[in-house]
Amino acid sequence: MARKISMKDAINEAIDLEMRRDPTVILMGEDVVGGTGSPGEADAWGGVLGVTKGLYAKHGKRLMDTPLSESAYVGAAIGAAACGMRPIAELMFVDFMGVCFDEIFNQAAKFQYMFGGKVQTPVVIRTMVGAGFRAAAQHSQMLTPIFTHIPGLKVICPSNAYDAKGLLTQSIRDNDPVIFCEHKNLYAHESDVPAEAYTIPFGEANVVREGKDATIVTYGLMVHKALEAADALAKEKVEAEVIDLRTLSPIDWETVIESVENTGRLVVVDEAHPRCSIATDVAAYVGQNAFGALRAGAQMVTAPHTPVPFSPALEDLYIPSSTAIAAAVRKTLASEQEAGGRRRAS
Amino acid sequence: MANNPFPLSREDLLKVYRTMKTIREFEERLHVDFAKGDIPGFVHLYAGEEASATGIMMHLKDNDRIASTHRGHGHCIAKGVDVHEMMAEIHGKATGACRGKGGSMHIADLSKGMMGANGILGAGAPLACGAGLAAKFRGDGSVGISFVGDGASNQGMFLESLNLAAVWNLPVIFVVENNGYAESTSVEWAVACDSYVDRASGFGLPGVSVDGTDFFAVHEAAGEIIRRARDGGGPALLECEMVRFYGHFEGDAQAYRAKGEVEDLRARRDCIKNFAERVIEAGVVKRDELSAIDREVLDLIEDAVGSAKAAPLPTAKDLLTDVYVSY
Repeated sequence: MARKISMKDAINEAIDLEMRRDPTVILMGEDVVGGTGSPGEADAWGGVLGVTKGLYAKHGKRLMDTPLSESAYVGAAIGAAACGMRPIAELMFVDFMGVCFDEIFNQAAKFQYMFGGKVQTPVVIRTMVGAGFRAAAQHSQMLTPIFTHIPGLKVICPSNAYDAKGLLTQSIRDNDPVIFCEHKNLYAHESDVPAEAYTIPFGEANVVREGKDATIVTYGLMVHKALEAADALAKEKVEAEVIDLRTLSPIDWETVIESVENTGRLVVVDEAHPRCSIATDVAAYVGQNAFGALRAGAQMVTAPHTPVPFSPALEDLYIPSSTAIAAAVRKTLASEQEAGGRRRAS
Repeated sequence: MANNPFPLSREDLLKVYRTMKTIREFEERLHVDFAKGDIPGFVHLYAGEEASATGIMMHLKDNDRIASTHRGHGHCIAKGVDVHEMMAEIHGKATGACRGKGGSMHIADLSKGMMGANGILGAGAPLACGAGLAAKFRGDGSVGISFVGDGASNQGMFLESLNLAAVWNLPVIFVVENNGYAESTSVEWAVACDSYVDRASGFGLPGVSVDGTDFFAVHEAAGEIIRRARDGGGPALLECEMVRFYGHFEGDAQAYRAKGEVEDLRARRDCIKNFAERVIEAGVVKRDELSAIDREVLDLIEDAVGSAKAAPLPTAKDLLTDVYVSY
């Protein structure tokens, strides 16, 4: 039975149900229990934002606080995965991947290939991504493209509670290493979520709004900005289709291409930096595989090529806005008219 | 036959000799074949260090996991990885232990508890912690062993792992194979503490230092700390102070070593020669028996090289397989 719950609770529920179902599922990370060895209450935090709160009471020692040693515990999760466990390692902020990246991209990502298909590494690395928390340059990044670049990793970034539960359940059951990116500004976002366990397959994008005039491709928090933009455009009689990629590796090219073939216009929205991003990836793929369908150049709306600033005045400028997305859609419509004008002149 | 003064049976002593000799001849053959241009890529030889791998692995079963290093051939052989598959892998053949996709630095065989040689120095230590963690959850009394050299003993992930293993009380042994050189850089210069025992105690775990060229010293020390870890006593560090007969990698001219250093080490501190002398002198094993093993080992290596050379190369379709279990 579905009821309205937050993305935070949906993630908690997915972990709880999988831990009940499969005794090899364990969870480790900094303060995922909270208060281990401290004089006060056990289970004091449940993660820095309380996502895993209450799981220790249900599953005891299968939840483990760790020292502040991302390299050691993320590596231990990967090693345990190679030895038959299904560990979930929580990397509090994706920005901390710099101190444990070797274990992710040189070890977990490569075992299956480098060892000739003989070693599986069913590990999930849950990590918080995204700006808007006034958390400045080292706690706010959207580093998804760094992971999608690496063969062997699967990269997931849900935009709502329903998808978060289904995709995390799939991640835990999946036999490949998964980087599960949770946007910290979506934890409170609520949607209808069934109480029972369910999975959402990887590589299936979601058309969250249908439209015939332009295709907006995005993921994570930007899905909501794109929907705001689509609402604004609808008042101008422009119907934008909004595609939520949901999984970035694998990625659902088919849905993207099909939509562009219908609309002829593409806007890609990415909270990551502009160079070598999900935005450039989608724009390049469409340019190579559906150039004939494009009636205007693809537009990209991304964060600027700067670190994430602290001051709210600056951070609000940094995050791609629905206004910028709507403007980019209008630009694709306008440039089509120009192109048509040139064609008429010749 | 005289009374056996050793803590191993006669059969086990012969097994130890065969294992160490197999590692030695495997590496000596690679040294020759690399110089001939038969081997692609980088090769780091374990010759001279055999007593460490063998002394530790004699205590392990297939469900005990080891995380090895770039200098991993000896660990693989001592852990029971098939010599033919190893040789084929090093030749980049489809019949290799990793179907030609890993090479010398990435040989793995989880069915034998070999979690992989590793091209990233120190990266095996967290993985061994993971093996120890899995063992703890399974409750099967198995252990994880992390091998690092003196060089990788300075890596953050190794030092973090010492602390994590102690905090989680994991059944993990950290073996520092100190051969005196991090590539070309001396351990005397690069490791600031006086001894690895001090370094271990700084992390709250017991440390033992042994002559890594003395099989019996390694075997005894490893036996004690592995037993302790199996019984829930937690992690420990074992330093094997040992010698490297060849360069960091094949092709290393070793200008950084003292004149006559390697010749002297081969004469005085050859772990296999010294082991053989001791078991023969004690009258437990006859020289003829060891000579017979020598011949069998040479035949084995010759056969492994022959079949590796004759084996098929991987093909274009292999390039794209096994990136994911499913995608």
